[in-house]
Amino acid sequence: MSEILEKPEVRKIYIDARGPRFSASLTTIVLATALVTHNVWVLVAQGLVFLIGATAGPQFTPYGVIFKKVVKPRLKKDAPTEDVRPPKFAQAVGFGFALVGTIGSLAGAPTVFTVAVGFALAAAFLNAAFNYCLGCEMYLVLIRTFRK
Amino acid sequence: MKTYLPLLIVLVLASAFGFWWKLRQGAIRSNKAIPGHRLDAGVLGEALGSRATMVQFSSAFCTPCRATHSLLSQMVIAMTDVKHIHIDAESHLELVRELDIRSTPTTLFINKDGVEVGRAAGTPKREQVLAALAAIK
Repeated sequence: MSEILEKPEVRKIYIDARGPRFSASLTTIVLATALVTHNVWVLVAQGLVFLIGATAGPQFTPYGVIFKKVVKPRLKKDAPTEDVRPPKFAQAVGFGFALVGTIGSLAGAPTVFTVAVGFALAAAFLNAAFNYCLGCEMYLVLIRTFRK
Repeated sequence: MKTYLPLLIVLVLASAFGFWWKLRQGAIRSNKAIPGHRLDAGVLGEALGSRATMVQFSSAFCTPCRATHSLLSQMVIAMTDVKHIHIDAESHLELVRELDIRSTPTTLFINKDGVEVGRAAGTPKREQVLAALAAIK
């Protein structure tokens, strides 16, 4: 196994790879609800979930806890694991969208709300349905642009 | 007041993008090489394969990189004229920029002169890799 993947910071935390995808499904439902009802409080609630996911980690969000307690025991024991950092970064991106949408709504700009929620929903849906991780795809582009 | 139109638009567009992305993942494309650019042992830190080399760019922050590495390193065991070189994208940002690498894993298929003949973003399928390697003279 290559040394890159054995670097100490990489071996830090690995989580069940199915957890973030399950959370993405719940996120999709919540954001779809926010989009349809145009209700900022639904977005705020999801924003808080994103915040927990971005700081503590996706496994500590309510969705992560539900996955661990209710879904995981019903799945195959053999769990594909993944580094926790890409999903964590993705949650931070989600939080960014939720923040923009919330500010937009409270500042009386419903279009900003719709667009921000729309993007967050697209990202969550892509992750849930296609296992596409927007944060992961953005990561290299970001560091090669901004890092020396 | 409920409005379903934004939701419909988002789901349709996201689905279209999702399918397109899924199709392209792992596919080996030959139109992304930088004209005139050559990779050599000095840049890569290791000698090239005698016929072909697969240069895989990974980051520590990348789930499919492990699967790709497993697949490719295992495939070259039986090939004496093909090498698999593994590069950490984050510590080779200049090279990443020169080669316009946007995501990891990205695997470059290069010939013995260091010229890129194709690259794959995402984990390629075994048959695709075999076909791409067979086409390198």
